[in-house]
Amino acid sequence: MTLPGLLVVAAALFGIGVYGALSQQSFVMIMMGLELMLNAAILAAVAFWARSAGGTPKGQLLAVVVMAVMAVEAAVGFALVTNIYRIRKADITEKLKALRG
Amino acid sequence: MEQDGERVLSDLVFWLAGAVAVFTAWRVFRTDSMVRAAYWLMASFVAVGVILVLLHADFLGLVLLLMMAGEMTIMAIFMVMFMMNPAGLNPMMMVHQHRTSIVAGVVAFLGLAAVGVFAVFPVALAVPTPDTTAQLGRELLGDSMLVFETAGVALFATMIGAIAIASERGRYGTADEGSVEPPAELTNGGAP
Repeated sequence: MTLPGLLVVAAALFGIGVYGALSQQSFVMIMMGLELMLNAAILAAVAFWARSAGGTPKGQLLAVVVMAVMAVEAAVGFALVTNIYRIRKADITEKLKALRG
Repeated sequence: MEQDGERVLSDLVFWLAGAVAVFTAWRVFRTDSMVRAAYWLMASFVAVGVILVLLHADFLGLVLLLMMAGEMTIMAIFMVMFMMNPAGLNPMMMVHQHRTSIVAGVVAFLGLAAVGVFAVFPVALAVPTPDTTAQLGRELLGDSMLVFETAGVALFATMIGAIAIASERGRYGTADEGSVEPPAELTNGGAP
């Protein structure tokens, strides 16, 4: 469980997240890609905290903040999905080609 | 000797959990059912939570599990509400710019992995002590209290904003009141 090993796992999760966020058409699936990227960020932050920063409490605080970002992303994302569906009956990005409502 | 055995075991569990995390993350975008995708994603988070606990970040790992269990349940409900084919009865592949996305994902992985493997990071002089949760608690409600409370206020404001965005009716009528264009000919005093 060395730092490079941890970072490689985090990089793999991030890469899959990038692929998902760019390739998926459904809004909720795009959000899953974003969550995977944040998941990788948490893993990398905690890996640095444990292996490189000597376990200083500040490192854990960074992970807590990333988790808060994750919660915000989910809340705002679900709100937007709800609203777009209500106004335009759209559930995939291809239905939102015009900016104008 | 006992320490060595413990290290080998934790290494083994780490590589297993890492493989599970990556495999389930990949399955998220390869399953026909969106509900199943939500649960694959949850499995990936559980595996990462296990790695966090192995790294002695017990509190963070368990909070991640709790948060993600709740969020993925909500996500599964959303899938059933809005999305087609939640049960995965038909094959589904809903993607655009597929080749570009694969290239972007692989490049992101290779770049970050190269940084992780080849960069020289400072090596910790100390390792996390067992009472990391107590340390985090003292940090959150001590030195970093202002940061923590600011994040809390930001979260609270976001939740109010999210509800405001999602609600159908605002305080003064429907949510899109004022954003509907008026008719070409003014009737009824120009009201939409």
